[in-house]
Amino acid sequence: MSILSVQDIGIAFGGVRAVDNVSFSAETGQVFSIIGPNGAGKTTLFNLVSGVYQPKSGQVRLDGEAVTALEPNRLAERGLSRTFQNLQVFFRMTARENVMVGRHLKESRGLLAHLLALPSTLRQNRESAEIADTLLSRVGLADYADTLASSMPYGALKRLEIARALAAEPKVLLLDEPAAGCNPVETEEIEKLIRTIADDGVAVVLVEHDMKLVMRSSDRVLVLDQGRVLAEGKGAEIRSNPKVIEAYLGTHGTREANLALN
Amino acid sequence: MQALFSHRLAVPLVIAALVVALSFALPSSFYLRVAALVWISALAVIGLNLLMGYAGQVSLGHAGFFGLGAYAVAVLPAQFSLHPLLAALAGALVCGLIAFAVGRPILKLKGHYLAVATLGFGILIAMAISNESWLTGGPDGMPVSRMTLFGWRVRGAETWYWITGGLLVVGAWIAVNLVASPTGRALRALHDSEVAARVAGIDVARYKVRVFVISAVYASVAGSSLALVNGFVTPETANFLHSIELVTMVVVGGMGSILGSVAGAAILVVLPQLLTTFHEYEHMLLGLMMMVIMIVLRSGIVPSLAALFQRRRK
Ligand SMILES: Nc1ncnc2c1ncn2[C@@H]1O[C@H](COP(=O)(O)OP(=O)(O)O)[C@@H](O)[C@H]1O
Ligand SMILES: [Mg+2]
Repeated sequence: MSILSVQDIGIAFGGVRAVDNVSFSAETGQVFSIIGPNGAGKTTLFNLVSGVYQPKSGQVRLDGEAVTALEPNRLAERGLSRTFQNLQVFFRMTARENVMVGRHLKESRGLLAHLLALPSTLRQNRESAEIADTLLSRVGLADYADTLASSMPYGALKRLEIARALAAEPKVLLLDEPAAGCNPVETEEIEKLIRTIADDGVAVVLVEHDMKLVMRSSDRVLVLDQGRVLAEGKGAEIRSNPKVIEAYLGTHGTREANLALN
Repeated sequence: MQALFSHRLAVPLVIAALVVALSFALPSSFYLRVAALVWISALAVIGLNLLMGYAGQVSLGHAGFFGLGAYAVAVLPAQFSLHPLLAALAGALVCGLIAFAVGRPILKLKGHYLAVATLGFGILIAMAISNESWLTGGPDGMPVSRMTLFGWRVRGAETWYWITGGLLVVGAWIAVNLVASPTGRALRALHDSEVAARVAGIDVARYKVRVFVISAVYASVAGSSLALVNGFVTPETANFLHSIELVTMVVVGGMGSILGSVAGAAILVVLPQLLTTFHEYEHMLLGLMMMVIMIVLRSGIVPSLAALFQRRRK
């Protein structure tokens, strides 16, 4: 059974069906990519799966449980985490503190202990800070640990969101355009990172426009167009699918995809 | 040096040092009294700053909690001969419960809507205090009986200076503990991005209520202290203008700065005292100075000066 399975999910905004009867499932240890032109509904699909939007129809199952329309924090408790295409960073906090927030559910949350700074709380703070530092190193941001997020460059913030999401030790991780706005070196680092995350036993669902990255790292690819599933399959099947080439890849994208796989 | 300043306990220690140092510097009991009023306001402002500066939720009704705390130590000892300390405790408990009850529906609102809802809440409490004159003395206010501790009558400017100063240090200590804890990080996170906070597993609604309750208890304790120091309470402690004054202290001192809370309270308590020599221009000058402070130090006194100081050192 798949760790994440989405059945016939849909939502409409003012009559426009932004996501229309989409189904897919993601497997532990694999990278499942969702591609498609701008406005296809990829981010909206993530918002539906992560509980940010309430679906009009359809179901989401996480680890065998029905979790449709649960609050994002309830989904987080069940092992779902995500990053955002339009950055959602805690700008008034340092990089380390941003990642520490990702530890929230793993931290002891007794208010009285927090107010009195009991030894248990101080120990907790130290432990969360250590884990955050490890994760910052993992995404290549060790040097930024004490930097306010508001003074970090864009590409670094993308990776900061990944570190924060990893801090929750998710079973399913949704990444919304993690390489957007990143230079080729950063993109390559993100590609390696995504692979190691999946290898650690996380089901990664990736939305990305960089075809090289998608083709090289994905186990399966789903193509969305105008809210609907256009195709689903292995990367090689997708890049040679005439419908996909017409709707999204075009000749340029196909060449990139071919180069990546050859 | 840097590590020393950024240590969690640096701020409460600085405040404690200030309280001790001023006790030597202040020449008369009049000044000690003014300082005690600063410590009391600062306590309420620290609580409000946790709500506004850290969690990013405004309250224009906080004087309501302050007033309830003040009237608790006036009414409960008079009616039920409760000890003032127990009365203050009861006031804090009631404020916490009220904040818990109204917090959930009110804190769903954002920005201006939240401002108006809390404003309404504050006015409601102020009206209740004014109208129930059989209990509260109505618009004229009522006396507060002196507190006796172990047979010793607590009185005198110097005594209250130390009691309120001590309360302030404890309040600052609790606040810095909170800010540096998982709860504090959750509050600061939901301030910057509610959606990212929720995705990180934070129950945003619950944490907003938590900090609202905490800030209400701070206001209540401050209100009780003021009533005991003055020996008298009036409905003005609970009214809208006082709520605005508390918010102004938070903003002038610096949002999200505990030390700033003390600075903001000090400015708004001390300046009017200094400006009384200008008679009819007093309020104009006060308004003008507040405008100038905000234009020059736009993130509030303490954060702006700290930023300036850091840039200088680089
Ligand atoms: N909250 C919203 N309100 C109205 N329309 C929305 C909202 N969110 C997304 N949409 C619309 O849904 C469609 C899909 O958008 P989106 O999911 O962001 O596409 P993608 O991520 O694939 O580029 C677009 O037409 C967008 O305008
Ligand atoms: Mg998108």
